[in-house]
Amino acid sequence: MNEMNEVRKPPVATTGIIGWLRINLFFNWTNSLITLFVIYCLYQFIPWILDWTIFSADFKYNYLGEQITNQEMCSRNLDPENGGACWAVIYVRFYQFIYGFYPKVEVWRVNLAYVMLAFALLPLLYAKLPYRKYFLYFTYIFPVIAYFLLNGGLGFTEVSTNKWGGLLVTLVLGCTGIALAFPIGIMLALGRRSKLPVISMMCTLFIEFIRGVPLITLLFFGMVMLPLFLPEGIDMDGLVRVLVAVTLFQSAYMAEVIRGGLQAIPPGQYEAAKSLGMSYWRMNLLIILPQAIRISIPPIVNTSIGLFKDTTLVIIVGILDLLGIGRGTLADTNWLGLSYEIYFFVSLVFFIFTFGMSRYSLYLEKKLKTGINMGAD
Amino acid sequence: MRSNLGFFSDEKFRSIFFQTLVVGLFALGLFFVISTTSYNLEKRNIATGWSFLQNPAGFDISFSPFLEFKSTDTHLKVYFVGVLNTLLVSVTGCIAATILGFILGIVRLSSNWLLSRLVYIYVEFSRNVPLLLQIILWYSILIQLPRVKQSLQVLDVFYISNRGLYSPRPIFESGFSYVSIAIVLALISSFLINRWAKKRQDKTGQQFPVFSSSIGLIFIVPLILFFILGSPLSFEHPELKGFNFKGGLVIRPEFIAMFLALSIYTAAFISEIVRAGIMSVSKGQREASAAIGLKQTWIMRLIIIPQALRVIVPPLTSQYLNLTKNSSLGIAVGYADLVHGFGGISLNQTGQAIECMAIVMATYLSISLTISFFMNIYNRSIQFKEK
Repeated sequence: MNEMNEVRKPPVATTGIIGWLRINLFFNWTNSLITLFVIYCLYQFIPWILDWTIFSADFKYNYLGEQITNQEMCSRNLDPENGGACWAVIYVRFYQFIYGFYPKVEVWRVNLAYVMLAFALLPLLYAKLPYRKYFLYFTYIFPVIAYFLLNGGLGFTEVSTNKWGGLLVTLVLGCTGIALAFPIGIMLALGRRSKLPVISMMCTLFIEFIRGVPLITLLFFGMVMLPLFLPEGIDMDGLVRVLVAVTLFQSAYMAEVIRGGLQAIPPGQYEAAKSLGMSYWRMNLLIILPQAIRISIPPIVNTSIGLFKDTTLVIIVGILDLLGIGRGTLADTNWLGLSYEIYFFVSLVFFIFTFGMSRYSLYLEKKLKTGINMGAD
Repeated sequence: MRSNLGFFSDEKFRSIFFQTLVVGLFALGLFFVISTTSYNLEKRNIATGWSFLQNPAGFDISFSPFLEFKSTDTHLKVYFVGVLNTLLVSVTGCIAATILGFILGIVRLSSNWLLSRLVYIYVEFSRNVPLLLQIILWYSILIQLPRVKQSLQVLDVFYISNRGLYSPRPIFESGFSYVSIAIVLALISSFLINRWAKKRQDKTGQQFPVFSSSIGLIFIVPLILFFILGSPLSFEHPELKGFNFKGGLVIRPEFIAMFLALSIYTAAFISEIVRAGIMSVSKGQREASAAIGLKQTWIMRLIIIPQALRVIVPPLTSQYLNLTKNSSLGIAVGYADLVHGFGGISLNQTGQAIECMAIVMATYLSISLTISFFMNIYNRSIQFKEK
């Protein structure tokens, strides 16, 4: 091996666009082949999906320029060669998707509630909000305001809950379920860790029972069995019955998440609080829970995402949430066969909410730098 | 410093007092619920007790692959058909979700940026859209397939139409039992060979071709036996008669929709679990195994995956539990599982809501407990063994 070593070329660029492409897309032969194959598939798929959803789609008018009022007027039904999605169904039924069958005269109340909800959530989501304390007072009284605003009373005309629907029901179920499950979950978590054997056993049984059965059976329980348990004359509203089931379900999951947070608190905190002579409740309220809840916020948001998605199950017991309105629209002969458009729209709305929540949970996780994944089940 | 209520600050007394109070309130509540319920049931003329299980159901179940079901069969049989259908979609869903989830989790970590981004987009979309919506969407795609008369033909033997997938039904003839016995024996012996080879490798360092010998035992020996016995297996092909297919094996669109939606949805969660598990194995492990000259595939199989499994299995268990519970959504597309068949139609026909729901809930609880039990055993077997 006396021949001179070949002079090596300088290393290929590892910075800049070319370097990036080389490392991430064309690292070796198999990698390059995979990349080319994926690009080919995307080249086939993306123009088609863009054409269907946007370029050939009808939004309000069909290709003849008429305003679409039923599915027969969609471009693709007039001329199968010409036309993609028919978004006009969303345009025409938009009111129902957002408010259900809420009377049009009273709809400002729903809009006001939506705006107030945003303001009520603000101090919870953003800790550095100026005047956060005052915003929080508003958050505490918001449920009462929202109840009277949406349901009626205090001078507002009553709008019975069977007129509610669409996004309104989805948000009411999701927000109320999460808000009610939070305190119940805390109590259950404390109860499960209690030193009193009877209380601990009852809480454990409750939590494990709820977590062992599907939500749909709890919804059936609320719909079919709850009326049998109550004395005559007490007629519970359908939405309330569903809310009871959803809250029971969510509080068991919330309890497990908070228990994870409680377990992460070092025993020294308990001992220090007790040595100061604090009672059980003072110790938990002032020392333990604030720390435990802080570290379990990311998993709390994750279970809340789960609940938000699970609210769609109420359509099985006949409550018209966003998906329910979508199914109802499909059953209408005017809009038969537009299932892809409707399901696409409903998915998109859910995606915006849940994806937003999951990004927020990631942001919190980074901020808290807990790095522990508790109660992720 | 004792207050006037001296006995109340005694911890023991307080503990007994509160627990008695809670039990008392609970018993009171229970008594109230039971008495109002029995009054309500009497007033609405709803029978109680379990005798309804023996009454004929009076309705048909369209999908019952394991048990023959007629409308004259009892509600008890509806229950068994439901349990079997629930288990069928849960087990097949769990298997498919695990395979897909592992592949996607590994691909997500691939050095190919485009590929890993694609998987990321899939995971985010699949996780953030409600499962019920996905089930309904798959179902609506499947029932828009061509009608039976124009059904798509795949490989000349499968027919796909809006009534489902028709495939040939295997008919086992008398000699086939020997072949199945041979397969079982081969499985047992390859398991024993695996254990023996591991022991020998630990002792002497010699390797034994476990994989190829197991393949030989499991596939080739039964296959030879199969031909010696004169191929005791034939297929009944589906035939188009009138408006529908006769014969063959039919997989209904309800099942396919449930299976696709459940496995694709859960696979997204599993892929994230697998990704987290693989990332939890420290970089040094990979570098060390590369330094001693292991091939890339071997590094994955022998070093990374066994260590990652310790992190993966506990959350994987809860995904299996979730999938099983989510299989109850079959009611939305009319898949005759436990909730739809027994908790839905039987409940409506008999009106015995309490009994039906109690049975359904108890069944789900026992399925959940069984899954946790076996997964805990598996989890213990893969954890670090302290020597």
